[in-house]
Amino acid sequence: MAKPYDLRRYPGFFAITLLCLVILYAPLVVVAVYSFNDSPSITIWEGFSLRWYVDVFTGPESGKFKDAAWNSFIIAITAATTATIIATLAATAVLRAGKFRLRTVSIGLISLPLMVPEIVTAVATLIFFNAIAFERGVMTILLAHIAFCIPFAYMPISARMQGIEATYEQAAMDLYATKRQAFRRILLPLMMPGIVSGFILAFIISLDDFIITNFVKGAGVETLPTAIFGAVKQGIKPNIMAISTLLLAVSIVMVALSWFIGRRDPAEER
Amino acid sequence: MPQDTDIAIDVQGAVKRYGTFTALKTISLSIRDNEFFTLLGPSGCGKTTLLRMIAGFEDVTEGAIYLYGDEIDALPPYKRPVNTVFQNYALFPHMNVLDNVGFGLEMLGQSKSETRARAGEALEMVQLSQFAARKPSQLSGGQQQRVALARALAPRPKVLLLDEPLSALDLKLRKAMQVELKHLQLETGITFIFVTHDQEEALTMSDRIAVMSSGELQQLGNAREIYEQPRNVFVADFIGDTNLMQVTVDAVADGRAECHLGGAHRLTCDAVGGIGAGAKVHMSLRPERLFLSADPVDANSLKGRVREMIYIGTDIATIVDLDGGPQFTVRSSNSSRGNARVFEPGTEVAINMEQGAARLLID
Ligand SMILES: Nc1ncnc2c1ncn2[C@@H]1O[C@H](COP(=O)(O)OP(=O)(O)OP(=O)(O)O)[C@@H](O)[C@H]1O
Ligand SMILES: [Mg+2]
Repeated sequence: MAKPYDLRRYPGFFAITLLCLVILYAPLVVVAVYSFNDSPSITIWEGFSLRWYVDVFTGPESGKFKDAAWNSFIIAITAATTATIIATLAATAVLRAGKFRLRTVSIGLISLPLMVPEIVTAVATLIFFNAIAFERGVMTILLAHIAFCIPFAYMPISARMQGIEATYEQAAMDLYATKRQAFRRILLPLMMPGIVSGFILAFIISLDDFIITNFVKGAGVETLPTAIFGAVKQGIKPNIMAISTLLLAVSIVMVALSWFIGRRDPAEER
Repeated sequence: MPQDTDIAIDVQGAVKRYGTFTALKTISLSIRDNEFFTLLGPSGCGKTTLLRMIAGFEDVTEGAIYLYGDEIDALPPYKRPVNTVFQNYALFPHMNVLDNVGFGLEMLGQSKSETRARAGEALEMVQLSQFAARKPSQLSGGQQQRVALARALAPRPKVLLLDEPLSALDLKLRKAMQVELKHLQLETGITFIFVTHDQEEALTMSDRIAVMSSGELQQLGNAREIYEQPRNVFVADFIGDTNLMQVTVDAVADGRAECHLGGAHRLTCDAVGGIGAGAKVHMSLRPERLFLSADPVDANSLKGRVREMIYIGTDIATIVDLDGGPQFTVRSSNSSRGNARVFEPGTEVAINMEQGAARLLID
């Protein structure tokens, strides 16, 4: 039964909700639907077919896409792992090391990249690599991805950690656990859902980054987003829709995974 | 440096400051081996702070703490053979009950089989063996409390610290746990340091009680001493109900002080060193040490008029107004054998006191 102050009772609630959902998801739905279109045209529906998915894996551009996908995957896994480790340590320092000088500054510095326009970060990173004469390639992409993934990994990890009372670790130390043991046996398991969410978020962010990657990648090195962009410049073919839909599917699976893990409370596990 | 092995915990001149705020002002007290010792005081008086200093979670600003003669105040918590039952239990939510209870033993390097066996024993001690495989979230508050107790007792600490462990339980469970705690303490022979702000709990459970207020030790003694010979106004007021009033000492002679209560009301009581004629001091009279009668029984009887009668169940409290003087509460046992003569509101009565009922207090 809806309560008197229930949001759902406000006039226009459903209309506005519907509008937002349509604006957000209609393009995605169109792309997903037309990726199954049995036609070289991207606007005229000619029946269901998987030919563009076959084309992605076996067509003339498949080699390019495979290389790019492989790069994207390796970079995303490595960047997300590294960023998650750094973010976990940062959260531990900020939330568990008591008060130290520059603590507030540290928190600000960790989350600042979220607010800096990506193009600025991209240009700055490029200039930086040029300045130190670092040859552009997979390595530059990886380093840049690690850097901008840290704040994304940090958010869910620190949110989770904030919810864990310090008395658990104190109880562990009271029961003869050293600081290190208390961290490993108590804090880390309790933080795990946050760490997994942080990792998945960082993974997705890295996987679909375009702007920074495009700036710092070397000639001939492509990730999936830059490869797609390159292909689109030669005209949109339905195979782009197929590959985009695949990428979307990966993201949805990861987000769903993160949601389920984040929701799972270790206290409820059996 | 103390070497007395009869002393479990010796706190010597311990001071705790947070920045400019002094939470504990030079506390010195000795807790005996095998004792049920209680820290009692109102909220914010520093009980938890003192306990955390003994456990090792707060450092000592000044002074020292000894455990059976060894100075421990510089040791980290995991090197102190002292365990704590936390107020919110702090059971590890991701471990089952048996693993929670075995955690301390495991950290001490006991073998897996030894850990399981001794954790099992500890669980048996609190009658929770059948819950060994459950997660803490699947237990009731009282059961969680007993797991916390078993977890702290399993490594056989030299001293067990309990910070208001019963405050989250309902009255009935609380009473049952009080008995169980006392029983466990006798059974294990471990020194218990128990924190509470419930004076009744302190009186019924403790071998000795330290009454604290605003970071200072007010009085240390057993229940009877604290209740019957409060050292100052704070203790008299905090422990039990009392009639506390300001009096003027008219004269002191032969170890007796004649006191003026206001109006035409006077009574004599035992004199106290340091309180001479002319002093304005407080007097405490316990309501149950007073009794009512229609006519005065001796020279110390006070005359008044009944204002109200309150039926408490075990007792009857009668509130009596003294003309031009203070108001008194008199408590009598609600039994036909007792001295419970019932006086209706409005009747004139005499308040009489047992020997030593009136006590003068230094502030
Ligand atoms: N970390 C801290 N920083 C500053 N002041 C503190 C800190 N911890 C405690 N205090 C202060 O020290 C005093 C004693 O606190 P403590 O927790 O020992 O009280 P308590 O007697 O246990 O009270 P309660 O019965 O409410 O638990 C309080 O006034 C409290 O505000
Ligand atoms: Mg406290």
